[in-house]
Amino acid sequence: MSDVYIAGIDMIKFGRYPDKTPALLGAEAVLGALDDAGLTIKDVQTVYSGCVFNSMNGQKILQQVGAFGIPVTNLSNACATGATAVRDAWMAIRTGDYDVVLAVGVEQMTGMGMLGGPRASAIPTEGLMGSASMPATFAEAGMEYAAKYGATFENFASVAVKNHHHSTFNPKAMLQKETPLEMVMGAEMIAYPNTKFMCSINVDGAAAAILVSERKAKELGLGRAVRIRASALASDPWQERNPQMPDINSATRLSAQQAYEMSGIDPSDLDLVELHDCFATAELLHYENLQLCGEGEAVRLLEDGETTIGGRIPVNLSGGLLSKGHPIAATGIANLYEVCTHLRGEAGQRQQPSAKIGLAHVVGLGTCSAVHILEKA
Amino acid sequence: MTDTDLALPLPAMPFIKVEPNGVARLEFQKCTACSAFSLETNRIACGKCGARGSFVAHQPETTTGTLHSYSIVHRSFPGVAVPFVSAIVDMDNGPSLKGNLRGIAQDPESISLGMAVNVVLDDALNRKDDQGNSYVSHFFEPVAAK
Repeated sequence: MSDVYIAGIDMIKFGRYPDKTPALLGAEAVLGALDDAGLTIKDVQTVYSGCVFNSMNGQKILQQVGAFGIPVTNLSNACATGATAVRDAWMAIRTGDYDVVLAVGVEQMTGMGMLGGPRASAIPTEGLMGSASMPATFAEAGMEYAAKYGATFENFASVAVKNHHHSTFNPKAMLQKETPLEMVMGAEMIAYPNTKFMCSINVDGAAAAILVSERKAKELGLGRAVRIRASALASDPWQERNPQMPDINSATRLSAQQAYEMSGIDPSDLDLVELHDCFATAELLHYENLQLCGEGEAVRLLEDGETTIGGRIPVNLSGGLLSKGHPIAATGIANLYEVCTHLRGEAGQRQQPSAKIGLAHVVGLGTCSAVHILEKA
Repeated sequence: MTDTDLALPLPAMPFIKVEPNGVARLEFQKCTACSAFSLETNRIACGKCGARGSFVAHQPETTTGTLHSYSIVHRSFPGVAVPFVSAIVDMDNGPSLKGNLRGIAQDPESISLGMAVNVVLDDALNRKDDQGNSYVSHFFEPVAAK
């Protein structure tokens, strides 16, 4: 099977684009990724297009940038949609059927409120049978961890302080603002222990990647190419509390383990990680789920500054979903974009020095998780 | 008098049964192959072991459980009264449930993870369907506050 490379990747600055359609946002990201790869839309042989809130977005994007009748697969996999598109593109190249494949993710979310699907009943269940809102769901995941290992409100808030700090070096983040601990802890409480600054932002965004076969990568030149060492996807296995309490951990653990086995890369080999900090309470859990530290060591890893810029294994140098914003289907590809940018040495002020290997992770509630491990070609 | 039947509340969840005398109780489904609980009544196979159609009704002998996790919800979907405590409870003799934890101060100092709670069945906060029917739902209460 062919090795698979990312030849080009781009994301638009996440933000508010009320005057643009999802297709136009996607088109901008696609053209950016094509330019990055030195290719045109005529070189693309098939498309995997992710979008949760709009249908048939892949065709709508091609209608903006050049439509020539190639196969397009539209897909939706919650917050792992973009990463799933990349994984499908990766598989399409591994079969040997394609050399140049486009993966794109787009979401337009300005004006959307808190997400979450209430339980089926003849009467409204929110506030009657607990909360199905995302802030509460992830707060409960964090409190489960707190019960086990003693993490505190302040520990969780410190995650937001770190990621918002990182965002001040990322011009493509929606929010680029320092948020000291007192500001995070004193902000409006949404669902304890998640305050407003501990919740990711609903934004409009798009990101796209051009994946190519090894043959094509060599033809294009490996100068800025990034090799996909592992692409893994897992779903949540049966667990007694799931889905009353969605299990955000198991799928991540499974996909991470698969990715490490597939690549032969050890967690200690990683130079940086972009993980799914949809809420501050989630990040600490994923340190352990992704094996960045041992069980019960996440607070120490954070407090020692190891996951902060300049640390041993910086996490969410982009600012994370907390400050970059979380346009659902674009997020998975945007995480890969951040890792690629560091591997290429193009991350400017936030550059992780001599980064060679990075990991990108997402969780889609419901639940799935995708993990990609990338290496400088 | 039989006309009280008309006033019987309906179950808000499939695992709640309301007897003709108006008494509500919990009844779950249990896989005969692996003993996994299900909250749904219409299952064709077990999500844990894959066994087909092998469920029996399980009525827990006790309504006690422990608080596994919670969040104090200060902002919810539009129109939903806040604050309330959203909680996950592991029943001692049944599955895990999600519901409101009531009868306790809504601050983190008052709520202890692992605390003993009772699962109680009560009117569903006066929420009614389009036909005006009342419903009975489940709630959690601290054992000590009983």
